[in-house]
Amino acid sequence: MPVIVNADNCSGCETCLESCPFDAIEMKEGKAVINEYCNACMTCLSACPEGAIIETGDKAENAKASDTFKDYKDVMIFAEQRDGKIASVALELLGAGKKLADELDAKLIAVLLGADESEAQELARWGADKVVLCSDSALRDFNDDAYSSVLARVIQQQKPSIVLAGATPIGRSFVPRVAAKLNTGLTADCTSLEIDKESRNLLQVRPAFGGNIMATILCPDYRPQMATVRPRVMKKGEYQKDRSGEIIAVDLGDFTSRTKVVEFVKEVSEVSVNIHEADIIVAGGRGVGGEKGVQMLEDLAEALGGALGASRAAVDEGWIPYSHQVGQTGKTVNPKVYICCGISGAVQHLVGMQSSDIIIAINKNPDAPIFNVATYGIIGDIFEIVPMLTRKIKEIKGQ
Amino acid sequence: MNIIVCIKQVPDTAEIRINPETNTLMREGVPSIINPFDLHAIEAAVQIKEQHGGTVTVLTMGPPQAETSLREAVSMGADEVVLLSDRAFAGSDTWATSYTLAKAIEKLGADIIFCGKQAIDGDTAQVGPETAEFLDIPHISYIKKIEEVTDSAIRVQRMMDEGYDVVESSLPVLLTVVKELNQPRMPSLKGKMAAKKAEIKKMGMADINADEKSLGLKGSPTQVKNIFAPEIKAERKMIEGTAEEQVENLVKELREIKCL
Ligand SMILES: Cc1cc2nc3c(=O)[nH]c(=O)nc-3n(C[C@H](O)[C@H](O)[C@H](O)COP(=O)(O)OP(=O)(O)OC[C@H]3O[C@@H](n4cnc5c(N)ncnc54)[C@H](O)[C@@H]3O)c2cc1C
Ligand SMILES: Nc1ncnc2c1ncn2[C@@H]1O[C@H](COP(=O)(O)O)[C@@H](O)[C@H]1O
Repeated sequence: MPVIVNADNCSGCETCLESCPFDAIEMKEGKAVINEYCNACMTCLSACPEGAIIETGDKAENAKASDTFKDYKDVMIFAEQRDGKIASVALELLGAGKKLADELDAKLIAVLLGADESEAQELARWGADKVVLCSDSALRDFNDDAYSSVLARVIQQQKPSIVLAGATPIGRSFVPRVAAKLNTGLTADCTSLEIDKESRNLLQVRPAFGGNIMATILCPDYRPQMATVRPRVMKKGEYQKDRSGEIIAVDLGDFTSRTKVVEFVKEVSEVSVNIHEADIIVAGGRGVGGEKGVQMLEDLAEALGGALGASRAAVDEGWIPYSHQVGQTGKTVNPKVYICCGISGAVQHLVGMQSSDIIIAINKNPDAPIFNVATYGIIGDIFEIVPMLTRKIKEIKGQ
Repeated sequence: MNIIVCIKQVPDTAEIRINPETNTLMREGVPSIINPFDLHAIEAAVQIKEQHGGTVTVLTMGPPQAETSLREAVSMGADEVVLLSDRAFAGSDTWATSYTLAKAIEKLGADIIFCGKQAIDGDTAQVGPETAEFLDIPHISYIKKIEEVTDSAIRVQRMMDEGYDVVESSLPVLLTVVKELNQPRMPSLKGKMAAKKAEIKKMGMADINADEKSLGLKGSPTQVKNIFAPEIKAERKMIEGTAEEQVENLVKELREIKCL
């Protein structure tokens, strides 16, 4: 165990039991004992009034990589492309990566696979100091084997201290292989990234346990520090049309792959596109009660020129299709205005929309947790409020 | 056809609440369940066995309590169940978990390995692809349909952002599955009987040829530094009055901030 209890000092007060987020401490014969659920979060160390809980230092010997640490400097982002066009998550990563690079006084490197030089230039305008470009057409379509071996090789050449990729279906599929190849850690689905002032390590914050809790993850003894970042959480960097960066074209030759994509079937619904691009989202939950309620929200969304969102409850009921679902297992959105109608505000919903600029909640239960995150709260019946609001807006807009 | 399904026992996160005073998870009374995605993985494996013959081995790495989940897997049609448990595995992150699972899978041997897309406690979706890398075999993520299986190859549909890919792979291969793939069966009476009697094979560090330094917390590159409750914005403004007044005032606010 990374943490042990010095039984001589343990007074049996049980304070540590309360402090442990993982239920990893039990009482045996009046003394605290750490069990296998321990995640080494070290919370109990400071909780113990007797100072009886100590670190065993098991971890320390792993600092083996640290003498080569100084070689690992820059911040690298994986610039995902689809059909040869840079995906918006790449621009968000440049925005986040730029901040980290400035703080570390390091360069921002983008890696682009299967696209043209013009797209590489575009990455430079969005903030990349250097773009490693592998324009081979064999990399145009996503492929786990090829992408992971190329990215691993580029990382070994460039030796970045930090590597970021989007937590998209593509990033979440192949980046774990890269981390395994390089024998380093990978933190999934981060929502916030910062540099620790003292150690200069990357603090990676992510939701866990279905969004009920946030965890800060570190990768102190291995390089690079790798993370996937949830799309639409980070802000894009600044676009400077006269900016240019160094473009390094690499030819890594053979991209053998053991899997083959034989066909791509497009099933993109307009809603998915709309919900990501809309400035205003009107979202319905169990409170909408059925199709009539949904129609009412659609009317409001239309009057505002916005899109329709949904909680999982409304989707599970079959009132609104899954493609509209916002939250932990749905989409993450950050519109200017998010209007929640009959949504209670479960954490799993909140993680998908919390970063919206303005949140308006309409709910008839004054104790609904959604009011805790709302910019404006209305306690009331949506069947009364929403139609009135729609009418009013139409009046103003002269529709 | 030897099929291995990796399952994880997880707390039912729908039931987890956070203690507002201590900022910790309240796990008490929260039931442990098979990770929901893994139920679909078991179902897929059993269906392939029913059509092509072979054996389904369900593997989990976890504390001794995980035995209950393995018995449940037997009731759904698993032929063999393996509990990978050792104090040395405690505190594993996804890297160390994948390394350990891969070492066990090497020992057991498999043509197809199934994982869930992600576990609902950690939500990382990393263990499947990392395990495949350690085994040096291909993987395909987010399988929503299995189109064809032969003795040496497989064709499946992989869910993507804007549709799906039809992907072929040689065997052995590791697949991670999403809920759209199938409807997990309810245990039959016969299955429940079998579950009671099933013998659970136990494996520890000594049985899998693993490098001790790569196991558990010691072998984990990532560390949890701290845990805290999700931050909540507190700038709310309640709009009071009759329904008419509320709408009137909301519209006024929206115009002020130039949303209308
Ligand atoms: C692993 C996991 C992942 C999940 N992922 C997601 C996800 O991605 N997205 C998601 O949304 N949820 C998700 N959930 C589910 C989440 O926990 C909640 O169950 C869900 O968000 C509840 O939806 P709701 O607010 O619409 O319904 P409820 O909680 O039932 O709330 C309905 C609300 O409507 C109000 N209401 C009813 N009638 C009216 C009326 N006429 N006028 C005004 N108000 C009214 C009620 O007061 C109540 O507050 C997930 C859960 C788990 C365990
Ligand atoms: N301890 C474990 N034992 C067996 N399988 C696991 C374990 N942890 C994760 N898995 C498998 O990996 C999948 C993804 O888990 P995760 O990467 O933790 O989200 C799960 O659905 C399981 O199939």
